[in-house]
Amino acid sequence: MDTREKDIENLKDYKYGFTTDIENIRAPKGLNKDVIKFISNIKKEPKWMLDFRLKAFERFKLLKEPDWQKPKYPKIDYQDLYYYSAPKSMKDKPKSLDELDPKLLETYNKLGIPLQEQARLNGIAVDAVFDSVSVATTFKGELTKHGIIFCSMSEAIQKHPDLVKKYLGTVIPTTDHFFATLNSAVFTDGSFVYIPEGVKCPMELSTYFRINASETGQFERTLIIADKGSYVSYLEGCTAPMRDENQLHAANVELIALDDAEIKYSTVQNWYPGDENGKGGIYNFVTKRGLCKGKNSKISWTQVETGSAITWKYPSCILKGDNSIGEFYSIAITNNHQKADTGTKMIHLGKNTKSKIISKGISAGFSDMTYRGLVDINSKAKNSSNYTQCDSLLMGNKCGAHTVPYIKNKNFDSNIAHEATTSKISEEQLHYCQQRGLNPEEAVGLIVNGFCKEVLQQLPMEFAVEAQKLVGISLEGSVG
Amino acid sequence: MKEQLKTDFAKIQKVSSFSDKDVETKRFYLNKFIERGFPNRKLENWKFLDLDKIINKSINELSFYNDYSTTNKIDTSIFIDGLEHNKIIFINGRIEKIDFSYEDKNQIEIFDDFKIDYKFDNNNSLIDLNKAFSNKYFKILIKKGYSIKKPLIIYHLTNEKMKSKNINLRLDFELEQNSSLKLIDFFSDITDTNFMNILYNFDIKKDSILKNYKVDKSFNRNIKYSYNNINQEKNSISETFIFSASSDYFKNEINCNLKGEHSSAFVNGIFSLKDNKQHEIRTSINHLVENTKSYQLIKSVLGKNSKAVYQGRIYVDSIAQKTDGYQLSKAILLDETSEFNAKPELEIYADDVKCSHGSASGSLNENSIFYLMSRGLNYKESKELLINGFLLDVVEKITDAEIRNLIKNMIGLTE
Repeated sequence: MDTREKDIENLKDYKYGFTTDIENIRAPKGLNKDVIKFISNIKKEPKWMLDFRLKAFERFKLLKEPDWQKPKYPKIDYQDLYYYSAPKSMKDKPKSLDELDPKLLETYNKLGIPLQEQARLNGIAVDAVFDSVSVATTFKGELTKHGIIFCSMSEAIQKHPDLVKKYLGTVIPTTDHFFATLNSAVFTDGSFVYIPEGVKCPMELSTYFRINASETGQFERTLIIADKGSYVSYLEGCTAPMRDENQLHAANVELIALDDAEIKYSTVQNWYPGDENGKGGIYNFVTKRGLCKGKNSKISWTQVETGSAITWKYPSCILKGDNSIGEFYSIAITNNHQKADTGTKMIHLGKNTKSKIISKGISAGFSDMTYRGLVDINSKAKNSSNYTQCDSLLMGNKCGAHTVPYIKNKNFDSNIAHEATTSKISEEQLHYCQQRGLNPEEAVGLIVNGFCKEVLQQLPMEFAVEAQKLVGISLEGSVG
Repeated sequence: MKEQLKTDFAKIQKVSSFSDKDVETKRFYLNKFIERGFPNRKLENWKFLDLDKIINKSINELSFYNDYSTTNKIDTSIFIDGLEHNKIIFINGRIEKIDFSYEDKNQIEIFDDFKIDYKFDNNNSLIDLNKAFSNKYFKILIKKGYSIKKPLIIYHLTNEKMKSKNINLRLDFELEQNSSLKLIDFFSDITDTNFMNILYNFDIKKDSILKNYKVDKSFNRNIKYSYNNINQEKNSISETFIFSASSDYFKNEINCNLKGEHSSAFVNGIFSLKDNKQHEIRTSINHLVENTKSYQLIKSVLGKNSKAVYQGRIYVDSIAQKTDGYQLSKAILLDETSEFNAKPELEIYADDVKCSHGSASGSLNENSIFYLMSRGLNYKESKELLINGFLLDVVEKITDAEIRNLIKNMIGLTE
């Protein structure tokens, strides 16, 4: 089958929704060996993959759920969850935009999302002409030309088992912490990216363009490998509010950069944060870790976190290769009853390694925000340096902002500098803006955008524009 | 250890004259301590330096029994010269002398039948140990409007007659309105590998000033823990200075509650370590009302195999608007085996505040050394000059001129 035929095949699938036999399949409730075997089986995985999952599960049974984090949540009964259910069929989804929550539509309009895209985000069948599938296929052609592999994890396990086998679990092993191990045992799907030696990826890769991306489920697994001398920029999520049936999201993201390679990973997260009273909302417990394996490699994380009831994640860099660089840029906004405990870990192992952390936290309403970060310079990491800046902005006295940095320096050749400030928006600035005709909300949006500028600059262009608007919208109702 | 604790406890009760009620409370804390043991790295506050491990490693057989019914001879040669001062002398776990000879006797009151209070941090097993095993403890009250004329020096001494491997000291101070106290802790140890557990509680009333200087200067192989609990009322000031250098292990904890408006707390510290020393300062400054201020400055110079930890926490309550909190820690690592860990933490619930912290660590600046050497100093001299200047900055923060000079001389800094 050539690619054109395949595309047609894909289109067909899309048009009719999912095939009927997938539709009804659902693993029984609970977590046990059989369920894992079931997941592996249904995805037609090879034996080594099943072994990987079972090994993780054995370990998972020994682990205790961590509870040192600041935001507390009601206990999750892991036996009361479905670990596999086929994506919803078109029948259950809204037929047109009129059926949607008017509040959601209002947000879409503010963000300036086109009508077709609004529909697509909610799984409403759209005109084939505008359908992202066709957009995606043109991109796919371009990528194949460069030898770049960009597909779903399940597809990669089938088609590129050598690569997956070689790299999966090397950064987040099956022996990791509670949620990561759970993911290793039961992950359903996610993205796989491989950039061959010396290739600069010609476009920003995004889950948004990947077919099947809409329902990867609650246990997503992403693996990105940048071979020697390559470059890739990867975008995850989108600015539009996302709703999901599952409350717990425990994804794993692994990045591997070999010699002279660079990976730039940007996230905009806007999952459902719950209502004004803090009811509902997603628990976003994600493990993201990048390994600068080769010399002169670079990994940079950029994140804009505005959604989720609880965000609990620390995208990290392990700087193993000499001269490698790790960067972390973050904006986290919490409003109403949202809670976030986020930050990064920079682990310096190689010589001349450098890391930079810029974190901006904004809390409003009744929310609670924690920056928690680790900078660890190992005794062998000669001549390394780190610079950390974490600023917090508070709006009102019902919210909290906390900074908990852990700084470990075991190398006398290395320098660590850390700065943190906490303040509020000054009355003078607000007054100035209002005097020039902005209403209080616009004024706050403007000031906050200025506060976040250093991070917003790091986002790819098309993301940055929407992210700016998102920053303003996330803070709605927090002033006056 | 459990059996040892129980038998030693019983032995002490036999020779001591505690009331039944006291024994009962002491036993309560003993059991609490047995339950939890020495703090280990699983607890967040002890993450960087695991006391349980350190004690197990350096003290072979822990014992807790001392005969407190006999007095110890006071060795006057260790007294600090060139400064007139009041004294409290604490030898081998027993307070031998409380001497306020320079002061007006009517203005100072000393209570020795003071009841154990329950108000402390319950998560700290060392406080339980202290309550179970400390001998008699005293409360010193400075009366309204009185400022003590000469500083009070507490001598912490041990000698070869000490039987146990652990001693505990507990003192309470109350500063009534508009009074002031200058307090110096001075350590001189002859014995090795003991665990010393010191607990101070300060109640500082309106308009009062407390200055506490802790000087750990003479080399010893002991393990020390000191906990200061400070409660401050309106307009009060507390100033704490820590020179942490010479014990094998020394952890200083400052827990300061700013309960009155316009109260302020200052913590300044120096780590000057080498040869396997492991020291820590942990502060927790709690801003509980409006318009309070805190300032912390910690500087470290770390030589071979040494490890310093600074955990500083600023807590701002949701009603504590207009708080001003500042924290800075700087470290110079002199050797590839030295290590500096910091956890400068901000926990803020009010919006109209100014809080910041900074932390920096690294090696001595090569350019500065080059500059000095080009002006004729040799490498060693240049290094010493730079370190001198680096640390002098902290000593300069001491507000009492007389004590500032004393400490400068003690630790060998020049201007």
